[in-house]
Amino acid sequence: MLKQKFAALSLVLVASLLFAACGGGTPAYGGAPAYECTDALGCVEIGPDDPIHIAYALVVSGPNETLGIDSRNGIEIAIADTGGEILGHAVQFDGEDTGCSAEGGQAAGTRLAADPTIVAVIGTSCSSEARVAVPLFADAGFVVVSPSNTAPDLTEPGNANSYPGYMRTAHNDEVQGAVAAEFAYNVLGVRSAATIHDGSLYAEKLQEVFAESFAALGGTVTTQEAVDPNQTDMSSVLTSIAAGSPELIYFPIFMPAGGFLIRQARTTPGLEATELMGADGLFSPDVMEGGGAEIEGFMVSSPLVQGAEYDAFVASYEETFGTTPISIFHAHAYDAYMLIKAAIEAAAIVQNDGTIFIPRQALRDAMYATSNFSGLTGNLSCTPTGDCADPYIAVYEYHAGEYPPEVIWQP
Amino acid sequence: MFRTARQRITFSDIMVWVIGLSIAVVVVWGTISTLQSGKYSAESWFDLVIKGLALGGVYALIAMGYTLVYGILRMINFAHSEVFMSGPFTAVFLAQALNESGFLNRQPLLSILAIAVVSMLVSMTIAILVERVAYRPLRNAPRLVPLITAIGASFFLQYTFRGFYGSGFEAYPTIETLNGSWVFGGVQLFKTQAVVIISAFLMMFLLYAIVMWSKLGKAMRAVSEDKEAAALMGIDVDKIIVFTFALGGAAAGAGGVLYILQFPVVHFYMGFIPGLKAFTAAVLGGIGNVPGAFLGSMVLGLLESVGPNLFLDGLGIPTASQLKDAIAFIILVFILIFRPSGILGERLTKSKA
Repeated sequence: MLKQKFAALSLVLVASLLFAACGGGTPAYGGAPAYECTDALGCVEIGPDDPIHIAYALVVSGPNETLGIDSRNGIEIAIADTGGEILGHAVQFDGEDTGCSAEGGQAAGTRLAADPTIVAVIGTSCSSEARVAVPLFADAGFVVVSPSNTAPDLTEPGNANSYPGYMRTAHNDEVQGAVAAEFAYNVLGVRSAATIHDGSLYAEKLQEVFAESFAALGGTVTTQEAVDPNQTDMSSVLTSIAAGSPELIYFPIFMPAGGFLIRQARTTPGLEATELMGADGLFSPDVMEGGGAEIEGFMVSSPLVQGAEYDAFVASYEETFGTTPISIFHAHAYDAYMLIKAAIEAAAIVQNDGTIFIPRQALRDAMYATSNFSGLTGNLSCTPTGDCADPYIAVYEYHAGEYPPEVIWQP
Repeated sequence: MFRTARQRITFSDIMVWVIGLSIAVVVVWGTISTLQSGKYSAESWFDLVIKGLALGGVYALIAMGYTLVYGILRMINFAHSEVFMSGPFTAVFLAQALNESGFLNRQPLLSILAIAVVSMLVSMTIAILVERVAYRPLRNAPRLVPLITAIGASFFLQYTFRGFYGSGFEAYPTIETLNGSWVFGGVQLFKTQAVVIISAFLMMFLLYAIVMWSKLGKAMRAVSEDKEAAALMGIDVDKIIVFTFALGGAAAGAGGVLYILQFPVVHFYMGFIPGLKAFTAAVLGGIGNVPGAFLGSMVLGLLESVGPNLFLDGLGIPTASQLKDAIAFIILVFILIFRPSGILGERLTKSKA
């Protein structure tokens, strides 16, 4: 009895598999393929009615979800603005959550890299994810464009964390760290600073660049501390910082640790009046919640995007999602999609029946060849290691009950 | 550790003593050099001690759940961190509503009480449910089985709450009455911390009183000594076990309120670390022992808060504060080497010793 059931079940399974295979097959098998793929990394073949698959690998859940959701919103607007099509093919857009951690990046990277229909990936959100996910994408032959990775390692020539096929439309923290140090020294007029990182690639590098630039300007770095990203009690780290009595604490980390630092700094003896400064990782409405009333006067360095095109973008963002942009890397994500679209159009080989072939290496080459591409965030040109941004960093200040924070300084 | 001369001292005994002594040497040496350097003012030390005590108070209330359940069932309820999380993560919505209507700052005392009641009720309900679903059917199974279901229940609860309230975090509004501090001759005492420490002491005393002097407490202790004999004496063992879980859950919910007064941000994963620390504190004080859990928690809170700056700073170790957990656990090893059953000792009765 049981055996019979099993047999019937397996028959059904086999039949359904056959059906699936027939249904999903590309019609190109009918005639002789007109195009012979000679690309070093192979080609993606897209049938006349098949979509072009572009995936995201962004943090869309958890404490830093606004960072990734905001970028995803930017991409969705870019897709809508271009009619949802590339070369007459619909765009299939989906992806994976990366959780703003190395573990999340690993999981999302493994899942996406296993899908050979993907042409390009937009992501990751956090640099720690990039360090583990990008090698997987690079092996799979994808083009990867990050809207918000800023760690210098990722595009540094010869660095072990720099991979072929990786590009970013976000600024490099070599720029952000230097701007933050310049602001602290010249505009705020502080002469001593302490830094805190959370062990992530992003935070560790950024505070390092800040500390070097600040010292080069003539300032003193009293101490460079570290916290755990899930730490809630900051009393011992803040007490040991207070012993050096710095005028500024620079902590380019994420939520929720950033919120706890903001709150607890004010209740640590010796730090009642110390200036607090973070970076783009703490540009999010969650910082308002996490920081409570102590948020007043907290500063962050972040990119500033301006211009009529950007205003139009914000208007359609508001119309589509019913809110002003919730974080800062929406325009960068928009540009990332536009770069990919332009490169696909340049590299793809279109057949008479509507089938297109996208040679993966040629697509990468087309991406790296980007020069003076007019995007929302400026004129983008890619370096051979993938820095495509036209960075413009400003400093913002939070006020209790007001979001987004106010721009208080721009270079 | 008290051996007669006839018992042989083995190689591993010597190793353990060497490890213990080297920990002691590092701690003493680090402390002396830190104090000599004079890097921290007396004010800073006072601040750290107060913060440590406040943290210890929260650990103590969570540790009660571990210790009471262990005392009765001889099992570690690893889902207790989620019991702790469920209360404050639910009460945050009440707090936000109270804040929006303006009630929170008009009637702060009533509001905090309401938040505490909600938090305790939710934690209590979750604790009772976990007992009913995950442990009771396995009461007579081998000891490892409920341990595994405990871990399963823990994950289940975490992701259920993630599904309920989302994966982002929620923040408690600021209660204006508790802002600010009192200054006594140069040292500053923050109102929040004072409230937390005093409430923790009061609640621990209340719990102790329930266990020692109430009728149900007496029945609990009877069940803890011998389940069968207690049942023969007419004690409803199942009811007492449910009561134990309820008591531990309510204590965790109350601990949750004290926790959010200090760290007013909640998310579905928040229970893990405090739960682990409270479990450690319970072991440190002697698991199954109510005053032990309290003492262990205070020691752990102080170690975490004062430890990195006191022991490691003088040795010139960079970013010592990141090692606070390592310090706390090394001291735990140190204490357990010399007192294997915790500071006050596991409360063992003749039948189990």
